[in-house]
Amino acid sequence: MVENRPFAQFMAYLTLALGVVIVAFPVYLAVMASTFDTATIINGNMPLVPGDQAGENYTRTLLYGGMHARQPVGGMMLNSMIMALGIAIGKILISILSAFAVVYFKFPFRKTAFWIIFITLMLPVEVRIYPTYKIVADLGLLDTYTGLVMPLIASATGTLLFRQFFMTIPDELLEASKIDGAGAFRFFKDTLLPLSMTTIAALFVIQFIYGWNQYLWPLLITTKSSMQTIVIGIKMMITTTDALTEWNVAMTTAVLAMLPPVLVVIFMQRLFVKGLVETEK
Amino acid sequence: MEKRAHISGWTLPLLLILPQMAITVIFFYWPASQAIWQSFLREDAFGLASEFVGFENYVSLFEQPEYYRAMVTTAIFSSLVAFFSLACALLLATQADKNIRGGQAFKTFLIWPYAVAPAIAGVLWLFMFHPTLGTLSKPIKAIGIDWNPMLNANHAMTLLVLSATWKQISYNFLFFLAGLQAIPKSVIEAAAIDGAGPLRRFWTVIFPLLSPTTFFLLVVNIVYVFFDTFGIIDAVTGGGPAGQTTTLVYKVYADGRLGGDLGGSAAQSVILMIIVIALTAIQFRYVERKVQY
Repeated sequence: MVENRPFAQFMAYLTLALGVVIVAFPVYLAVMASTFDTATIINGNMPLVPGDQAGENYTRTLLYGGMHARQPVGGMMLNSMIMALGIAIGKILISILSAFAVVYFKFPFRKTAFWIIFITLMLPVEVRIYPTYKIVADLGLLDTYTGLVMPLIASATGTLLFRQFFMTIPDELLEASKIDGAGAFRFFKDTLLPLSMTTIAALFVIQFIYGWNQYLWPLLITTKSSMQTIVIGIKMMITTTDALTEWNVAMTTAVLAMLPPVLVVIFMQRLFVKGLVETEK
Repeated sequence: MEKRAHISGWTLPLLLILPQMAITVIFFYWPASQAIWQSFLREDAFGLASEFVGFENYVSLFEQPEYYRAMVTTAIFSSLVAFFSLACALLLATQADKNIRGGQAFKTFLIWPYAVAPAIAGVLWLFMFHPTLGTLSKPIKAIGIDWNPMLNANHAMTLLVLSATWKQISYNFLFFLAGLQAIPKSVIEAAAIDGAGPLRRFWTVIFPLLSPTTFFLLVVNIVYVFFDTFGIIDAVTGGGPAGQTTTLVYKVYADGRLGGDLGGSAAQSVILMIIVIALTAIQFRYVERKVQY
């Protein structure tokens, strides 16, 4: 601070506090709604302090689901978890290998290969959904985890991130390990991988959130309700006629759907910020 | 940039790059080229035969009033969300950048909505502003507005803008805060010594120095509204009432799935691709200039 102004300090607190309240309020309401029965919510006079139905709501939602999405939300969460982990791990695997190849080897068409991968940065899956859907269907991958994961890891963000990081590793490390007689595999395992751990973790956090929150793609390719992810499941719960919507179940599901990624952001904040800033560069 | 030292051999690197290449070709290039090819075809009503129709899909697209409406909707939606989320985030970031106690805690409390799925964000806001049971609909109705986002297109759009903005503030906040912290304190002190007050310093020193961040975020936000808000729209309005909140991406989805018009949907995809490529190209050009600057 250049000058010390108590009033400016006060305004800063006030603005930030107001910001936090606005940011938190919708979630607070959802948490409250998950502690009441449907009738209390439907009549429009839901109290702003917790009710006593929380245990009932969460048990019922997790184990049985609602009237409309007749599917235990616990199972949906498992699907989401498998998809998110598949996307995060799959993307890290394929991109660390290809970045290793592009940075540390000279081979024919290396530049071409890099550009082929690089171009994918430009087009999100949303603009090519139907053709991708058709290909996944032709390959017999509808309603499979492979079909959920594969099209979403076909992107260059990870490769670029690892390439960028590998470029900052001094050449002397490779020369030293060559002198020690280590081959490509040893160099990768004993030198590159340990150095890349923070980058891997940061990418993991970002990709996990990205995967967990996917909507359009799982909506298209899952037809069996047993393959539904939680983000899709919640939509099924509220699109039916108003009077029948079990808002307590829907809001309980919303809270459960937010929990894993939000916890990741809060507890791995440093990695999250690193991943977010560096994948955008 | 090149490494000086290399590992010799070229079968190994080809094997290493193979998985990503295979996935990229199968799930990216193949569908993308299919989209382009399909945009020149027309399928018959049963999807059994298709014939080459040239640019007919594009022509009929531009003859649809709905397509122009989707364009206008997208333009309004993205400019409102970009403006409000950037403005709110900048305000919060400038406050968090001041040396105040508990700054870190505020930061944590402001960034977590990033982790909320767009569709969930939409559901939360729909619940809050639901015409019959929403906690915040009561006060709105009390002041005499017949609030109903299910029937009134303006209300529906307002709700969409609110939820999309809410979700995007955290992202913009993080980047603005990083941008603010990168501005050398000496520049701000110099301005203060010259007698510039906090507001003047902000508009004449800080804001111009922040412009690369702002521009970068502007592009990112537009891309966000174009694509990531699909979940919000589908959960809150489903493109309605009467198609009035249908954006370009939502229309690709709706025409292909509900309408079964794959050629028209593919033509829309191609147009979207061109828009995104243009946006990315603008961004790359600008980022390059920023580096020299």
